[in-house]
Amino acid sequence: MADNLKILVIDEDPVRAAILKEGLSDAGYLRVEWIPDTSSLYMRITALDPDVVLIGLENPNRDVLEQMFQVSREVKRPIAMFVDQSDTAMITASVDAGVSAYIVDGLKKERIKSILDMTISRFNAFSRLQSELDDTKSELEERKVIDRAKGILMKQKGIGEQEAYALLRRTAMNNKKKISDIAVSVVTAADLLS
Amino acid sequence: MSRPENQAIVRAGFIPLVDCAVLVVAREKGFAADHGIDLHLSKEVSWANIRDRINVGALDVAHMLAGMPIAQSLGINHIKIPMIAPMALGIGGNAITLSHALHHELEGTGEDLQAPLSAAHALRKVVEKRRYEGKEPLSFGQVFPFSCHNYQLRYWMAAAGVDPDRDVRLVVIPPPFMVKSLEAGQVDGFCVGEPWNTLAVDQGVGVILTQTSAFWPFGPEKVLGLQEAWADANPGTLHALLQALDQAARWADEVSNHSELAQILARAEYLDVAADVVLTALKGDLKFYGGGAGRADCPHALWLYAQMVRWGQTPLSRGAEQVACRTYRPDLLASALGGELGGGPGENLPPLDGTAFDASDVPGYIAALNIKK
Repeated sequence: MADNLKILVIDEDPVRAAILKEGLSDAGYLRVEWIPDTSSLYMRITALDPDVVLIGLENPNRDVLEQMFQVSREVKRPIAMFVDQSDTAMITASVDAGVSAYIVDGLKKERIKSILDMTISRFNAFSRLQSELDDTKSELEERKVIDRAKGILMKQKGIGEQEAYALLRRTAMNNKKKISDIAVSVVTAADLLS
Repeated sequence: MSRPENQAIVRAGFIPLVDCAVLVVAREKGFAADHGIDLHLSKEVSWANIRDRINVGALDVAHMLAGMPIAQSLGINHIKIPMIAPMALGIGGNAITLSHALHHELEGTGEDLQAPLSAAHALRKVVEKRRYEGKEPLSFGQVFPFSCHNYQLRYWMAAAGVDPDRDVRLVVIPPPFMVKSLEAGQVDGFCVGEPWNTLAVDQGVGVILTQTSAFWPFGPEKVLGLQEAWADANPGTLHALLQALDQAARWADEVSNHSELAQILARAEYLDVAADVVLTALKGDLKFYGGGAGRADCPHALWLYAQMVRWGQTPLSRGAEQVACRTYRPDLLASALGGELGGGPGENLPPLDGTAFDASDVPGYIAALNIKK
């Protein structure tokens, strides 16, 4: 039975938080709360009294949580990330994925494992999405610079578009470089000489 | 000289603070490479991250708050992993900074704010007055439960009879958010490492009340922390690393190198703040080598352990004392440096609260204190 565990997600990224919440509710964890920022963290944690807190590893407010769990008598004391000292594979996977979980001591290991497995796979899925997005963006950038370089060559050398592209490609192959690198050089040189 | 195989990779974590300088210098000035070490530096956003990455082996060594490896070896609030700290990475560099409003209130008490003890008495008077007037307690920021900032703030307040757990609120704020929190009025003061105090003054947000080295009896601020298991598995690499870091610390301590050091630390991959702010911070009380700044000795560890006990972070026990003592390993540094520890033994200040610390009698010290948890 996964239904009665209270899970708090602290994440400034609404997309990642949504992916996570969806996954948790699919897995049967329905009592999931999301806090996008940490300004009201203390009150929210006290009110919710979560069994598990999920937070991105790169969130600087983790140090704030550490203190909160250490000094507060009102909040139970979850322990960072580790269910069991021996379970290093899960801990490593969690660090690789960039997620940290704070878990109230005494929770059953199987329950935590399913939450963590789910969280890790969602975090990984999110970072894949992110890197695909970055790749697309940089592809777009590359195409733009190649277009500019083609235009410069066409104007300077009085050649056609296909010929300009072939020239870029040939130069790239001869120099063992990417077409976009050569294009950047052309654009830079043109800027310098103009 | 024992040398590891060609360019052993060592992954080191750091937090963007001026006292990460020794690690940065070891890489940037080639001291690490000279000793066959390819030092990879990884900028981290929180002390919790440093601890977790060290725990899972994603980092080999790290810039740590002096109390962190001790807390980890003792398993306080976390899993127990034996850690060691063979050397300190710096001493000083912390200050207590107040908002202009609170500083003004302290001035109004007529106490001498130049002297740390009477400044603390000024704070006590302000706290009492505010309580009488039914005002909210003052809030102070510090950076981590096991930080010297936490212990220094508490030690300073308690010396004048202010109970840090009852009379004020202490909150953790990550260093880069400290100045903003003071400006927004979320805290009335804070204790943090440089460059954040200088930056608060620079931006007209606060006043530096005192450098904590003016009253903190002794001990390092940051140490090189690592798992004992890593040290056992990589003795040659550690040996070479310690030699490189010792040279880096000497270089960083030379005033004539400070403008170059400020330029390096200011870079985006390190502190990402203006070089002149770093340079101003370097002109303060921060030391990397001289005055015992590189030493992490057993009495230092016991002093920090005593703070943990005093403030209720961990119970008092002989076993824990021994673990704390053994976490600091000056013997490893001494053997790497051929038996001699340079930079002098360091100077100890008389206790601000009149209670002398005797490393051979931690229970006696705790018993003698009035304010504790």
